Amino acid sequence: MQGVTIDPSFSSWREQARRLLHAKIPPCDVEWRFSEEESGLFNFSELSVLQEEPAQYEASQPQYTVPKAFLHLAESVASHRSDTQWALLYDVIWRMTHGGDRALLINHTDDAVLRLHKMQKEIRRDMHKMRAFVRFKQLDDGNGEEYYVSWFEPEHRILRLNVPFFRKRFTGMRWSILTPDECAHWDGETIEFSEGLQKEEVPQSDDAFEAYWLAYYRSTFNPARLKIKMMQSEMPKKYWKNLPEAEIIQELIQGSSEQVLEMMERQASAVKPRPKVGYLEELHRLNNSAGDAPE
Amino acid sequence: MNTLAKLEILADAAKYDASCASSGAAQKNSLGSKGIGSTGGVGICHSYAPDGRCISLLKVLLTNVCVYDCHYCINRRSSNVRRARFTPEEVVELTLSFYKRNYIEGLFLSSGIVRSADYTMEQLVRVAQLLRETHDFRGYIHLKTIPEASPELIEQAGKFADRLSINVELPRQETLAKLAPEKNVGRTRDAMGNINGKITEAKAIRKEKRVRRRSGKKMNEGTFATGQSTQMIIGADGSSDAHFLHRAEDLYGNFKLRRVYYSAFSPIPEPSVILPLKSPPLVREHRLYQADWLLRFYGYQVGELMPDQHPNLDLDIDPKLSWALRNRAEFPIDVNRSPIERLYRIPGLGVRNAKRIVSLRRHHALRLEDLIKLRVNVKKCLPFLICMDHQPARLEWSSEKLRAHFAPPPEQMELSFGPPPKSVISEQSLISDRTTQQEARTGEF
Repeated sequence: MQGVTIDPSFSSWREQARRLLHAKIPPCDVEWRFSEEESGLFNFSELSVLQEEPAQYEASQPQYTVPKAFLHLAESVASHRSDTQWALLYDVIWRMTHGGDRALLINHTDDAVLRLHKMQKEIRRDMHKMRAFVRFKQLDDGNGEEYYVSWFEPEHRILRLNVPFFRKRFTGMRWSILTPDECAHWDGETIEFSEGLQKEEVPQSDDAFEAYWLAYYRSTFNPARLKIKMMQSEMPKKYWKNLPEAEIIQELIQGSSEQVLEMMERQASAVKPRPKVGYLEELHRLNNSAGDAPE
Repeated sequence: MNTLAKLEILADAAKYDASCASSGAAQKNSLGSKGIGSTGGVGICHSYAPDGRCISLLKVLLTNVCVYDCHYCINRRSSNVRRARFTPEEVVELTLSFYKRNYIEGLFLSSGIVRSADYTMEQLVRVAQLLRETHDFRGYIHLKTIPEASPELIEQAGKFADRLSINVELPRQETLAKLAPEKNVGRTRDAMGNINGKITEAKAIRKEKRVRRRSGKKMNEGTFATGQSTQMIIGADGSSDAHFLHRAEDLYGNFKLRRVYYSAFSPIPEPSVILPLKSPPLVREHRLYQADWLLRFYGYQVGELMPDQHPNLDLDIDPKLSWALRNRAEFPIDVNRSPIERLYRIPGLGVRNAKRIVSLRRHHALRLEDLIKLRVNVKKCLPFLICMDHQPARLEWSSEKLRAHFAPPPEQMELSFGPPPKSVISEQSLISDRTTQQEARTGEF
């Protein structure tokens, strides 16, 4: 068993995976380890082939080629927080190269491929939910300029993957997205990253405009068709803590049956006569002349 | 009245329109501008209300004052609901403020008809124009269109909006004449034809611009909404599911609509004497969406789903299973050999898994174990397919037996001794709970 330490990131995994492939070390003999340190090259228990200088090493060895789809898959699952993807990726690339099964990725029922695809799906969903559930609060920065801040806790390490989306959408705005992993800041021209924060460190503000959002949420809800499970499958409770509207969900659900009863018991209103409006006269004239065969 | 109070009234007045999608717009973003907003790709639901509906757009009316008298509508002139009216600037301000906080993908603006179709349409266009031209807003805009508005105004609306829609509301002219005396199916179809012509034309110009950079076309040519949609109300008139689906087929086929929305008639706080309130038939709405899906993605024809002797969809089983049970001679289908169109017909197998099966069988012949790993609804499709280690013929399932097997178990009628409305509600929430799980997976059945 050989220990291999990566930082963990896609580039660091790729570098090590290349060396392992060339040294023909099968997946069952590799143990992936993770450290925040730059690399594990000074770890003496590690395999000697892993300690060679990269430049010299690349010149002496042929490249392994893999389908582009594999690289896309590897890059996207790299942000999976479980860090179980690295061993699976090496297992798959081993079988695609040394195992000779180049078409392995289309085998959707292979266990490793299946698990990697599942991870990819989880990351896509996490990215999508972040785009949906980030909530900016307007913050007074003292200069009278509009500045928006959001605190978000993504399941996976997806902030950098999602930053281009927010940059393209909120270009004309100054904003920061703060997460426990790291923070992104946009000043209208450039993106900067800083270290992650704890929730307690997030600047607090009362955005008075939230009252409008809550009013909208309350009014757009139709109490006559309660589907709580449907809501929760799309907006799981784990996101509620950072959604301002989540505070009134219980109240809306509790009040709904009463509201419907009231509606059902309400007196039907009589039909009022048609007002004398020229446009209405014209419509009714059109309707009558068209007869009953409109098509 | 302040903006907050208006928002409460005019959001409440707009909520019965189900079309909330924010997908299908052209790719655009704010890079290189001082504005905000982007569209393109999949739509995003920024929140969900406890009614399970997605909140993607700020959906409001410009005003709920209306000269029409549509009896299913809370805003009809005979209703005693509180009335309010936004100024265009108020809607612009709300849209931008919501957007900057990432509450929404954009604006869905509709309106009661005041004075005339043209006057009302002008007001709607004004809001969109302010957002696009004064504020450089590049988010999603959906404008409700009035069939009787002049073609010039519709042209302008299409220049600013990503999507236009006209609601058919009821599938037949006879019931429309009774329940919505100002509306007319013929005029609505004419307007949809006109919009479709413009969408197609703009699409061709954009394509030409891409192919030949110097096509002599001006920058703003080819800017037009990329789609139109409509809504029909289920359960307000006596129309059958066949009526709804034939109308949907007409609109998809003739005017290339992106979506037809089916909205169960929902109790409104201001009932009309002409149209007594009923609790919404949510299962029926769900079955219509499933059938609509079969029309658009699975290659079914309305005639197949709705044979003359069955003008309504089964409520207890889904339309695909229902078709399969009526056409047992088409089954079983061999997943290792049949073309993909045939795989689409297997109950319990969705489009995506059918595609996966086709790519997978190039790698190896499929066994039950593979189907389980793909998370196909194996229980449902077993009677209808053949794979390496499964052949349903020997199980001798009759259609009656299968139907009884898949339909939800019969329930004891509730004997209610309390006031009648209560049981209506509990029954309705039972139904909605039962359908929720299926609905979450719409499209894969």
